[in-house]
Amino acid sequence: MTDREAELDTQVPVLEMRSITKRFPGVLANDCVDLDLYPGEVLALLGENGAGKSTLMNVLAGLYRPDAGEVWVSGAQVEIHSPRDAASLGIGMVHQNFKLVSTMTVAQNIILGLPDLAFVPKMSEVSDRIRELSDRYNLAVDPDAYIWQLSVGEQQRVEILKQIYRGATILILDEPTAVLTPQEADELGRVLAVMQSEGKSMIFITHKMGEVMAFSNRVCVLQHGRMVATKRTADTNPRELARLMVGREVLFRLDKAEMTPGDVVLELRDVRAVNEKGLPALRGLSLIVQQGEILGIAGVAGNGQQELAEVVTGLRETKGGSVEINLRDVTHCSPLEIIRSGVSHIPADRMRTGTVGDMAVADNIAMKGYRSSPLAQRGLLNRQRILDFARAMIDLFQIATPTPQTYVKFLSGGNIQKTILAREIDACASLLVAVYPSRGLDVGATEAVRQRLIEQRDAERAVLLISEDLEELMSVADRIGVMYEGRLMGILPAAEADVETLGMMMAGAG
Amino acid sequence: MKLILRKRESVSRRASLLVPLISFAVSLVFGAILLTVSGANPFATYGAMFVGAVGSGYGISEVLVKTIPLILTGLSVSLAFRMRFWNIGAEGQLTMGAVAAAGMALFWSKGLPGWTVLPLSILAGCIAGAIWAGVPAVLKAFLKVDETLTTLMLNYVAILYSEHLYYIAWRAEGYNSGTEAIAEVAWLSRFMGRAHTGLFFGLILAVALWAVFRFTRWGFELKIIGANPTAARYLGISIARNVVVTLLISGAISGLAGAIEVLGLSHRLQQGISVGYGYTAIIIAWMAQLNPLGVILVAFLMASLLVGGDQIQMKMRLPASVGVVLQGMLLIPMLAGSLFRDYTLELERPDDDVAHAETAEVA
Repeated sequence: MTDREAELDTQVPVLEMRSITKRFPGVLANDCVDLDLYPGEVLALLGENGAGKSTLMNVLAGLYRPDAGEVWVSGAQVEIHSPRDAASLGIGMVHQNFKLVSTMTVAQNIILGLPDLAFVPKMSEVSDRIRELSDRYNLAVDPDAYIWQLSVGEQQRVEILKQIYRGATILILDEPTAVLTPQEADELGRVLAVMQSEGKSMIFITHKMGEVMAFSNRVCVLQHGRMVATKRTADTNPRELARLMVGREVLFRLDKAEMTPGDVVLELRDVRAVNEKGLPALRGLSLIVQQGEILGIAGVAGNGQQELAEVVTGLRETKGGSVEINLRDVTHCSPLEIIRSGVSHIPADRMRTGTVGDMAVADNIAMKGYRSSPLAQRGLLNRQRILDFARAMIDLFQIATPTPQTYVKFLSGGNIQKTILAREIDACASLLVAVYPSRGLDVGATEAVRQRLIEQRDAERAVLLISEDLEELMSVADRIGVMYEGRLMGILPAAEADVETLGMMMAGAG
Repeated sequence: MKLILRKRESVSRRASLLVPLISFAVSLVFGAILLTVSGANPFATYGAMFVGAVGSGYGISEVLVKTIPLILTGLSVSLAFRMRFWNIGAEGQLTMGAVAAAGMALFWSKGLPGWTVLPLSILAGCIAGAIWAGVPAVLKAFLKVDETLTTLMLNYVAILYSEHLYYIAWRAEGYNSGTEAIAEVAWLSRFMGRAHTGLFFGLILAVALWAVFRFTRWGFELKIIGANPTAARYLGISIARNVVVTLLISGAISGLAGAIEVLGLSHRLQQGISVGYGYTAIIIAWMAQLNPLGVILVAFLMASLLVGGDQIQMKMRLPASVGVVLQGMLLIPMLAGSLFRDYTLELERPDDDVAHAETAEVA
């Protein structure tokens, strides 16, 4: 290993980024960032959401033009104006949201958009080449399968194969494990190792320490757009990386008092529902949530968690079974009736669903209370009271906003989430449904969100917490249920849960 | 040095005032180029338009005559647009309002006391307009039928039906077209020539709608639905119910415009009821940024352009279409200019690092 490191020092970098600066409205996303990448290495790019990782990589992929700075590939300065320029330099990127056409086959997707494509491509040759590559790199995929038939993990393999097929020597992976089970993530690690042995270089974006330690040779840490550290992975540890990423020591534990669960608040019996495509999303799901407890729901995204939250809050039609809140059947009630029965909801999509971006923070905070006194009387809004109420909430929830009249769209993600929390927690009478409440938030905001959830539990309310962050579930929830293909695989007390068991359940085993 | 567009970080009041003014100036310049090309002196033409529109009592009276239906249909359309319901049907709703008002005044109020005819005719116009907008609203709310098609198609139904009435079914004896005149007791009173008290309906409604949007719970819900329907549903606001209620009101306002045209101006159902106010209203709604008070101003401006356009035909001997083209010229910079409410244009020197860093700090 030391030989290899010595070798890295003397080699010419395959890629250098010098003083890259990229500015967005109100944000310096990349501030004079330097980065280099050597042949045959795996470089982890670590940072919190909003630290500028994706921006930096999108500059490489030709999606953004930097405001300043230079990019050098194999010792020559280059200008990357488009993804096609990037591809011709051997740079390929696997995005977080796959760019695949679901009604076309794997082979068709892989050659789609190739610049030197024949008018009528010989698909059998393409398929043969794909099979050869997938054998070599351990990326099992059927070239003739349609994308819609594939699991998320398989689609990711198609994206990687696409880049290899196009001759990428520098592969960028944007949070590749976010959509994978722990087992699929291990699989990905093995693929990276094979590619590395073939001399390809990889940059993978992540905010998970475990993956940095397991997969990478070196790690670069971004914080608020600045490169704060570059380390050999062997010379560092997760604790140090966490501190570098956040800029302070991280508390991994939350204080949580013992609670005895009280009356049943939410009861689902054999609930069935379908997704947008009319396919079954919930296939007979039963659970209860009691006063003073947090029931966590784990699962790989797309196994019915979203639909579960929507059924409980009346946003999705229930096709079978029953939903009871405080012993009252609310199976076919409207969202308004559910809200009136004391249910609050922190939705997964805080920009599209949770807030109205083009309205003031104060208005957004009042969007539950505006129906009744004191914020309104006889159909008329009391603007002064709305403003006073909003000011109090802004203080209480520490929402950083220039004024209460500022439009929500101008706030950061964390402050948008705090705006939703303020409104929903103030209105919460018996049940709080929280979906991915800390997704994409920095550590400070994440702590605040989790603390609020525990406060609700301590105030004898019931909390249904849907999350993809196992750490979060294990530290916040009292019990953890795992969803797989629209069913609960089982419910464990949080104290007895560990990542391996949950991971097995998330993959549908155990 | 290069020009770059940068998204604004907050809403600029200055921009929302300046942008329409500058856009208007730009459109005058474009119009001047067009006039020069077609051989007219732009200054003389603009002068003739201005004088023709507001340079005489007659001109102002004619401008007010056109302002009245434009305010009402403009309000109607902006109310629907606030909910993102693309009501292209103000023209048909206006026409049906005129039909119902004329029908009430001429036939259906026989034997009722004279003083009831005017309010009943107005009411009939409102109801007819509400039905004409209500049908597409119900289809949209419950069956997701695209409202741009239904409202547009219903325009033709309404216009052709009104033609059937004044050419055939309701035609007055001895005339080629047009109904009998309605009884004088049902007329709206006039001032300054042909201008009539319909104007006050428009002004009062504009202020009322402004207050509704600003101060009521319902206005708050409409704003949420318009700005983010997904969030509205999540917040427990019924979109279907609001679409139907709003469109009934929107249609009623256009129907009122039609009723007022009959009761205040033509005093009968005849050709010329549908002259495109309902379409001009779409332009007005956008230019006023859906603000009811803005509608008053823009409606007056558009009416002046219409009247001024008529004047240059006579005085400058320009083809009638030039007036219409000048109107279109006004719209393009207005809509293009709306970009600058959300973005600023900045000069950037990439080689000047110090200036660069400073702008970054300011940003």
